[in-house]
Amino acid sequence: MADVTYLEALRQGLWEEMDRDPRVFILGEDVGAYGGAFKVTEGFTKKFGEARVIDTPISEAAIVGAAAGAAHMGMRPVAEMQFIDFISCAYDMLTNYVATARYRAGLATPIVVRGPCGGYVRGGPFHSQNPEAAFFHTPGLKIVYPATARDAKGLIKASIRDDDPVIYLEHKWLYRRIKEALPDEEEILTPIGEARLAREGKDLSIVTYGATVWKSLEAADQLAKDDGLAVEVLDLRTLLPMDDAAIMRTVQKTNKVLIVHEDTRTGGLAGEIAARINEQAFAWLDGPIMRVTAHDVPLPYAPTLEDFVLPQTEDIVKAARWLAAY
Amino acid sequence: MASRAASIPQSPPFPAGLTRDQLLEIYRYLRLTRTLEERLTALYRQSKVIGGLFRSLGQEGESVGSAYALARGPNPDILSPLIRNLGSMLVMGAQPLAILRQYMAKAEGPTRGRELNVHFNDLEKGYLGQISHLGDMVPVMAGIALSFKLRGEPRVGLVYVGDGATSTGTFHEGLNFAAVQRVPLVVIAEYNRWAYSTPPEKQFAVKDLAEKAKGYGIPAVTVDGNDVLAVYEVTKLAVERARRGHGVQFVEVKTYRRKGHAEHDDQHYVAKDELDWWAKENDPVDRYVKQLIQHEWAEQRELKAIDDRVKVEIDQATDACIDEPLPPGESALGGVYAGPAAAPRHWYRSL
Repeated sequence: MADVTYLEALRQGLWEEMDRDPRVFILGEDVGAYGGAFKVTEGFTKKFGEARVIDTPISEAAIVGAAAGAAHMGMRPVAEMQFIDFISCAYDMLTNYVATARYRAGLATPIVVRGPCGGYVRGGPFHSQNPEAAFFHTPGLKIVYPATARDAKGLIKASIRDDDPVIYLEHKWLYRRIKEALPDEEEILTPIGEARLAREGKDLSIVTYGATVWKSLEAADQLAKDDGLAVEVLDLRTLLPMDDAAIMRTVQKTNKVLIVHEDTRTGGLAGEIAARINEQAFAWLDGPIMRVTAHDVPLPYAPTLEDFVLPQTEDIVKAARWLAAY
Repeated sequence: MASRAASIPQSPPFPAGLTRDQLLEIYRYLRLTRTLEERLTALYRQSKVIGGLFRSLGQEGESVGSAYALARGPNPDILSPLIRNLGSMLVMGAQPLAILRQYMAKAEGPTRGRELNVHFNDLEKGYLGQISHLGDMVPVMAGIALSFKLRGEPRVGLVYVGDGATSTGTFHEGLNFAAVQRVPLVVIAEYNRWAYSTPPEKQFAVKDLAEKAKGYGIPAVTVDGNDVLAVYEVTKLAVERARRGHGVQFVEVKTYRRKGHAEHDDQHYVAKDELDWWAKENDPVDRYVKQLIQHEWAEQRELKAIDDRVKVEIDQATDACIDEPLPPGESALGGVYAGPAAAPRHWYRSL
């Protein structure tokens, strides 16, 4: 057992899969000799060679397109987006080509597209995005978003082994902020499509994912201490396909639900989650389904602005308190 | 004259290192492409072909000539055709029956009614269907060629792009990626004068598409696309260079689109005498027939026999599938993901 960071856990997962399966290779910008902008692939070239850790030109469309072609031929490419903000440059390739390939043409396209997401790091409009809503709407893709070191490892391994294209979202604010003891012996695989109960409670449920899992847990601690509320926190882990059963279980248990995500509100995942609860568990609700999200603006740079726009622990505390009293 | 037929194998030399059987096979693919498209046009007019119909009339030569330069059989080279490259798919082994079913959206078709026209694939035979987003197949085929390179397989990828597609980002990004990676990829750029209704002078500011390749350090040649054997010869050289590890090769074929973008398009934007000239003076099939006869590589009656067999083959394929059913509506829900679960049927459909 050793304490590993979220980033190290991701690195271990990639390393183990590269070691296990010669079909796995990595491609992206500066992933080779430099080891990636955040050093996720540091040391990989030395171990696996340049042919399996490919430094590419700056072209997300070419990176994803080439990954798709290689995947059709039986390879298992892992494409890194240097920052996930640039995945939009491959939007056409992912939504039109990759996502439809199996359905329209019976083509297997087992690729993983991964990259650092999220704010709270003063990255400004183009180094802070959360792109899940743009891809959540596309049948044929899977989307995972680990919040813990264990899941960072377990989900990258599961994503690489999955037979469908997976967008693996990793939160850069969590990279070196959280640590967890992971067993050296046990192989960690997190099943895609299963949410995780991050904290048990009975008074109210928070459904969330990514960095706001930690903000929600912090809020739950505070609400327990100050208000005597037992807040349940559900970490979705996989966004597509979404674990409806786990969501309905927690709704049926607490009868009140607050959905928290870091992404902007309009067209964000919270709206879809609310619609599903409405369709599948309306009778169990004792209050409106409420949302805590980023404000509907591009993410600004100045700490004062970023802090204002993004959901903070205090926002979750206030919203949960309001809902508990409803 | 029987004696004359017997003398033909001795009438050397056959061009481009091809045998007489291969020359006749090339003719067969040209005729098969044209006759099959004529059949599809008839079926389109009867509303049996449900979606748009895109003809390759006048471009059969470059499609067949380029594809014929690839390795077929087990572990074949892989090409990615466009809507005007039906001939290239036939060369790789696509069957008229599958093509007819696909165009008519039959349940038994290669995509079970999910996709249109030449948008289907058979990687065992060596073709990967395009999507409608032009240029996208360049990075994808770069990835296929990358897999050949990584695994040390002596195989080559070939991707067709139209003159209009060379304006897209994915074309340029894919080309640069492939060039830098030195993957075994051949690009066939079709200069056919029309991108829907847009002429080259509104599409790009270079004279030849080959000039674009030079910006990526890719060797490029321009060839008369309506000279089947010239296209074959140039592509063969490009394919072998790619196979030997010399990286991406670019072949520009100058040709002409003689029909509208699709059958609904009346081509009012094209000068009538221009169309007439290409039909009368520069038809790739006519030119090839003239070569075969003039050089005594084949006899008219042999070509006639091929024409007759092609017609029978297409008649039989049409008869075999024309009355087949379309796929049942509910079959639309399966196969989005690898797992067996289908997308859920909406609740109100069960009320």
